[in-house]
Amino acid sequence: MNDRTHSTAPLEWHPGGPSRVPYRTYVDPAVHAIELERFFNHDHWAYVCLSCEIPNAGDFKRTSVGERQVIAVRDTDGTVSVLENHCAHRGAQFCQKDHGNATELVCPYHQWSYDLKGNLQGVPFLRGVKSDGRINGGMPGDFRKSDHGLTRLKVEEWNGVVFGAFDTSVEPLRDYLGPEITPWYERIFDGRALTLLGYNRQRIPGNWKLMQENIKDPYHPGLLHTWFVTFGLWRADQKSSLVMDAHGRHAVMISSKNEGGKGDVTQGVTSFKENMTLKDTRVLDVVPEAWWKGPTVTMLTLFPSVIIQQQVNSLSTRHIVPVGPDAFDFHWTHFGYADDSPEMTRRRLRQANLFGPAGYVSADDGEVIEMQQAGFRQHPDYQTVSELGGRDIGSVDHNVSETLIRGMYGYYRKVMGV
Amino acid sequence: MNASANNLPSRLDPFLRAEVEDLYARYSACVDSGHYEAWPGFFTEACTYKVIPRENHERGLPLATLAFESRAMLEDRVYGITQTLFHQPYYQRHSVSGILITEVTSSGIAVEANYLVIRTRSKALSEVFNTGRYIDRVVREDGSLRFAEKCCVFDSEMIPNSIIYPI
Ligand SMILES: [Fe+2]
Repeated sequence: MNDRTHSTAPLEWHPGGPSRVPYRTYVDPAVHAIELERFFNHDHWAYVCLSCEIPNAGDFKRTSVGERQVIAVRDTDGTVSVLENHCAHRGAQFCQKDHGNATELVCPYHQWSYDLKGNLQGVPFLRGVKSDGRINGGMPGDFRKSDHGLTRLKVEEWNGVVFGAFDTSVEPLRDYLGPEITPWYERIFDGRALTLLGYNRQRIPGNWKLMQENIKDPYHPGLLHTWFVTFGLWRADQKSSLVMDAHGRHAVMISSKNEGGKGDVTQGVTSFKENMTLKDTRVLDVVPEAWWKGPTVTMLTLFPSVIIQQQVNSLSTRHIVPVGPDAFDFHWTHFGYADDSPEMTRRRLRQANLFGPAGYVSADDGEVIEMQQAGFRQHPDYQTVSELGGRDIGSVDHNVSETLIRGMYGYYRKVMGV
Repeated sequence: MNASANNLPSRLDPFLRAEVEDLYARYSACVDSGHYEAWPGFFTEACTYKVIPRENHERGLPLATLAFESRAMLEDRVYGITQTLFHQPYYQRHSVSGILITEVTSSGIAVEANYLVIRTRSKALSEVFNTGRYIDRVVREDGSLRFAEKCCVFDSEMIPNSIIYPI
């Protein structure tokens, strides 16, 4: 199958199933354009922001759905609108603030103004300009302001998270997640008020799908990440399960930490450091919380745009914003609950040292994704092999499987028609 | 210390200034040299060290990209850098300028400075990696100056993949 001759043939997939993904899938601009159209700009729900980022009327946040910039803004009636950031007049990306509070949205170019639901309100010289007893200019008589609003996405705000979709015929968000994923979503977002702790932002020079795969891949954490295997935060001998939705597009990796240390799963694993101890253990001062109801880690991958992380006491959303086929921006939003004690907030912040662009276990994920992209670019006609645990697709009650990656590509191939 | 009412030194002791500049020069030399095991020695035992996006800093959001609360945590970070964090190796080069002593009090010397870090990976062009401002508190301990607080507030909106070595 690994045909070494370079070809310009269209994407050719292994006949055996979604366990093999052609490298071209990650590097080809034509493939990328179709992905944006079908996954981000069409009938898929995308992460927008947390409700606690825009709590009050007029609060707005600039963010992205796929490669399109949007503004999430809360109106005086409490509802959130997600509006595309380009003026209906001459196309300017008029909002140049990352966050703020506004009573209306105004494009500086010609002062077209919109209400907080994106309806066009003000058009200078709409009826022309009176001069020397006559009226100059003005818009044509059939010009209707209602025809020239901002592009408005379908929005659902669910227990503290705002999602948007360009295609207003998209299924309800709860159905989109499905009954397998919803309980895990509602375990973290059960309606309690959230507190924003802050952001980390990194540009990872790799294809956006690789980050979804990274968090659908329970094979690597106990091998790549010394901290996980040594301190028992994630390793192959833990009580775990891998859950996916009926389409195979979303997933949850669920596990419970153990005491770490030497065992079958550390045999020959160079990242395992038997004698490693922390000089200051406060970074791993884990205190179980009632809402965990067992698992110490749940990593939700909501296809295509977001990862929701509970890693012991550290909580974050990780928003994927593609930047062409060869890079994506990865925006981390760390949060806690409004009723957290100051000690719990400090604990969440300390454990954040494990995550993000410099984190003990996350920095290397970005590094290996960059290395994958470089490998793909050098030979687009090769293919990846994800066959740990077999070639079939389905939820399993351990973590020694690449089933979630296969699930995602089963779905991907259906939507992409490949 | 000849300090005015708001603790801004009206005529700063030139020897103190030279000593502070020397501290920053030695710090840069250390973190650019690859000898990371010497890095915690620039800090007091109860130090704080933060690398924080300017966005979080200015909005009062507490999350930092890295936030350490003791010299022991810095030593753990050195172990991470040298033993556990997989990464593509790179050179880094700090350029620190505009060292400004803003306050001298009994609790230490408040110092701010601009910094620019250039990253150079193997067989690659050098690139701006991280840039921002140090907002520090320096104290005298056993005769030499050490950082009691070092806060690296970075402008860089997007981190180019990862930060491994100390800023
Ligand atoms: Fe990982």
